[in-house]
This record gives sequence, C-alpha cells and structure tokens, in this order.
Amino acid sequence: MSQLHELSLSQTLSGLEAGDFSSLELSSAYLKRIQTIDPQLKAFLHVDEDSLLKSAKAADKQRSSASKTKEKAPPLLGLPIAVKDVLALEGMPTTAGSRILEGFVPTYSATTVTRLKEAGAIFLGKTNTDEFAMGSSTENSAYFTTHNPWDFDRVPGGSSGGSAAAVAAALAPVALGTDTGGSVRQPASLCGLTGLKPSYGRSSRYGLIAFGSSLDVVGVLGHSAADLSPIFSIMAGFDPLDATTSSQPVPQINLSEQPKIKGLKIGVPSEYFIDGVNSEVEAAVRTAIQELEQLGAEIIEISLPHTEYALPVYYIIGPAEASANLARFDGVRYGLRVEDDDLIEMFKRTRGEGFGPEVTRRIMIGTYALSAGYYEAYYGKAQKVRTLIRQDFEKAFEQVDVIAGPSTPTTAFRIGQHSDDPLEMYLQDVFTLPANLAGIPGISLPVGFDKKGLTIGMQLFAPHFEEERLLQASHAFQLATDWHARRPEL
Amino acid sequence: MALSKKDVDHIAHLARLHLSDEEKERYRGQLSDILEHVSALNALDTKDVAPMSTVVGEGSRLREDVPGDAMPREDLLRNAPDSDSDQFRVPPVLD
Repeated sequence: MSQLHELSLSQTLSGLEAGDFSSLELSSAYLKRIQTIDPQLKAFLHVDEDSLLKSAKAADKQRSSASKTKEKAPPLLGLPIAVKDVLALEGMPTTAGSRILEGFVPTYSATTVTRLKEAGAIFLGKTNTDEFAMGSSTENSAYFTTHNPWDFDRVPGGSSGGSAAAVAAALAPVALGTDTGGSVRQPASLCGLTGLKPSYGRSSRYGLIAFGSSLDVVGVLGHSAADLSPIFSIMAGFDPLDATTSSQPVPQINLSEQPKIKGLKIGVPSEYFIDGVNSEVEAAVRTAIQELEQLGAEIIEISLPHTEYALPVYYIIGPAEASANLARFDGVRYGLRVEDDDLIEMFKRTRGEGFGPEVTRRIMIGTYALSAGYYEAYYGKAQKVRTLIRQDFEKAFEQVDVIAGPSTPTTAFRIGQHSDDPLEMYLQDVFTLPANLAGIPGISLPVGFDKKGLTIGMQLFAPHFEEERLLQASHAFQLATDWHARRPEL
Repeated sequence: MALSKKDVDHIAHLARLHLSDEEKERYRGQLSDILEHVSALNALDTKDVAPMSTVVGEGSRLREDVPGDAMPREDLLRNAPDSDSDQFRVPPVLD
C-alpha cells in the first residue's frame, strides 16, 4: 500500500471510512511531513499540533460510535486540510500575512471553513500568503517567502502560495485558497496542481479578510479535479451572512469514469497566445488542447478582444476596493497599534508600520482613484471597461461551452526576480484576472513541464455557475493523462 | 500621469499612512508608472457603455429585521490593543 500522504483524496476518504487507518494515523503522518519538510519549504504560518490531534481523536471516536449505531458518518470526517491565512478559523491565529494582524485570534470562522468542519474536516494549520492576498509569489508575506516544491530557488506563486506548496509537497491532501485576480489558479499552475476558482457569489466571503469585495472568491487546491469536487460541493452555496452569494443550488458533482466530452465546444482565444507567453508554455497548452480534441471535443478559434484591458481595469478596481476594505485596520479593534497622543497620528503610524510596501502601494492607488476629481476618470472608466470584458465572455459563450488557454505566461520564476518592479509582477495574472472581473469560474490544471522541470498549467473558463462543466472536462483530461499524478522529489 | 510630491502627501493623508520622505519618493515613481499603465483605458470609447455595478445580479435580498445572537463582547475585546471595562480605548478625540 502507498504511504498515507501519497493517497488521492478519494482513496483517503474511503480508507478512513473502511477503517484502513484512523484520522489520528493520517493526521500524524501529515504532521510528521510538516515537521520534516516545512522548516525548508515554509508553507505554513501556523500549525497547532495539539488541537489537530485532539480533533483527530474526536473524529475517530465519532466514526466508531456512528458505525455502532449504523449511522452514516459526515463525508469528510477526520480529513485534515490546510487553510490559507486570510480565512478566519476560530481560535487559531489569522494574520493575512500581515504584521498589522499579528496576534489576532478570530472569534468566529469563515463560512467555507465552518461548512467543511461540519462535514467532519479538521485543520492542519494556516498557510502563508502574500500580505492581504496581494501578490503572485508569497514574497509580499510579512513573515517569510514560501518555496516552490519543484525548485526551492523559485516562488510557489501567490497569493495562495502556502496552500499550493503544502499540497504539492504532500503536507496536506487539499487546501483552501482565495482568488481575487488569480491567487488560486496561478500558484496551482506554478506548483503542478489543480486549482478551482468558483464563480463570484458561489462561495461565501464571510470570514474571508476582504481585499476586493467584487472580485474575492474562496477556492480550493488539490492534485486533481476529483480531489476538488467534494470540497467544492460542500463549501459552496448561499450564505445569509454574505448578501452577494447566489441562491442557485450547488450540484453534488459525481465525476463519471467515462466522462462525455464528445462534442464539447472549446474556444481558444487568440489573445491568450501572444508575445510574452513562453514558447514551452504555449506548446504544452496547445498539446493539451489537442488531447481534449482527441477525446472528442470540438476546438473553435475565438476572440476576447478586450483582454489587454483586463490588467489596467483590475489595477484600478482591486486597489479601489482594497483601500476601502483596509480602512478597518486602524489600531483600535484588533492587531497592531503604534501609540501616539493624537488619534489621527496613531492611525497613521499604525498603518504606516503595519502594512508592507505592496499593500501600501495598492491602498494609495485605490485612494487616489477614488479621490475627489478622479473618481470618474479612473474608477468610473474601469467599471465601464469591466462591462466590455464581461460582454466578451458572454458573446464567446454563445458559441462555445468552455474556453481554454495558458494559466500563466511563464513557469515559476526565481525568488527575487520580479520583486523590484510591481508592474512586472502584475503581468503574472494577465490571463487569470479576466475571470474575476467577469465573475465566471476558472480552473487551472497541470499539462506538462518545461525543460527545467517546472510545471505548466492550462486554464479553463466556463459560464457563471458552471463549475461542474470545468471539473468534468478537467477530469476527462486527467483520466487520459498523468501530469496531475507527478510529484516533486523532496 | 506623473504625481507630484504634493499629490503623494495628499494621498498618504487621505489613506492615513505615515510614510518617510524616502518612501514617499519611491511610491511617487511607482504610482506614476502604474497610473501611466492604467491610462491605456483612455483609448477605449465607453460613451455608451454602462458601468458594471453588480456581479451576480440577483438583486437586493431583504430579510426580517430581527435581532440575532451577537458575538460576546469580552471575546471581541480580547483582540483589542487597548480596552477599558467593556469598551475600546483610543487617544483623546477632543481636547
């Protein structure tokens, strides 16, 4: 038998159910890997060993009493998972990767976390993130930079880089992330994982430390579409605590062993194969698209003409919303306070010291874009172009069922390579952020390696609330290929 | 669009950020570059385009206005940098 950390999620869940191993054995196996590997990898900001083992024992007890009374145990009972540190988990420190929240212990949990907990999941710990999820490498974390398990000199991507590195290195079977401009899909691509950003409004934002409220979505990272499906189905759905969640029912996704993608129309936008996309990335993604064609899909060339405007729109709307959301960090209710006799000075000193450079930059851009005299020229204009970007997708989906392209222009870059030039770093998200602006779901899945042995990701988009279509298409691809089964040597 | 030092002072004040002169100069350059990049949007004619003001579009949802359970005050105050009995404590607002 494989070692416990090598099992797929469905093998892990059926092993727990069959009593092949206990949650305590499983959790201890992951803890041991964290203790061995994480001092170098640095995926976790916080691991609470005692609370994990206590929860594991309680889960085992619950399973044995359920089996005695012939009751069905909750679907994830005893499954240890990792959670990105921008999601509140009651009783566990939550910093959002920022000094300004150092020492903050939430008194409540995010709805997505609560739903997984109610389904029986237990928590390995909180994973590293760029400060307030702003970044594409974890280099903006105030604490440390996470390494890429495939090459420790390189970044894991971001902002959910800690979650991605943890799953890729088998320190956790699956992990929650968040995606405001690509923060689940880009690290999934750079770490060889499958990462799902659900539709906006599909997963509750309650307990997600807000960055861009019209863009933020809670997503999940795992090895395969089959790993993501049960987690997605459980965590998603209407939440009275988030007025922007949709009341549309969430499907229970049963991935078929013989998925029908015959006749699935896949649009390939010319704007996603431009100069600046690494040739090895382009070749691997084109090969993957051919693979889908061989499986029965129909490939159609399409155009998303406003793609080039997504980045400038995002760098107005994201910072504008962030500047308003981050106003709450003022040294009064939680986290850091830098004392001053004057209230306004206390605010300024607390925020000046508490926020790192990227967060400061975005707060300032957003403040400027919303300030008197500039609102219409920046924010108003961006919201109009956002409409055009959404319309591009609406038109494309009249013709095709899903859209395919590269997740990122390049494979994982070196730590420090882009840290001096914010605009250079922003280009990492050029293919992921259109989905956040339009609100549609997206998935990144591994489709190969470059010559350096770094992972390449392909992205699929679907219309609003069609996550199941993305998972089925990805599953079909993953039944025919084994890129998702490759593991880094550690 | 190049920002002046005065612009940066004004933005930092509005955003309640204390920055050193060196930081202000660095952000002045970087923010000017970012504003230059986003000015690409001006190439598009958006005269007849409505701004995107909602993502899901299910409209506002109303509920009965009934009090629910509040989080315990003492739990919330535990995270505060400074508190006094059952309140947050801040520097004097009025002289």
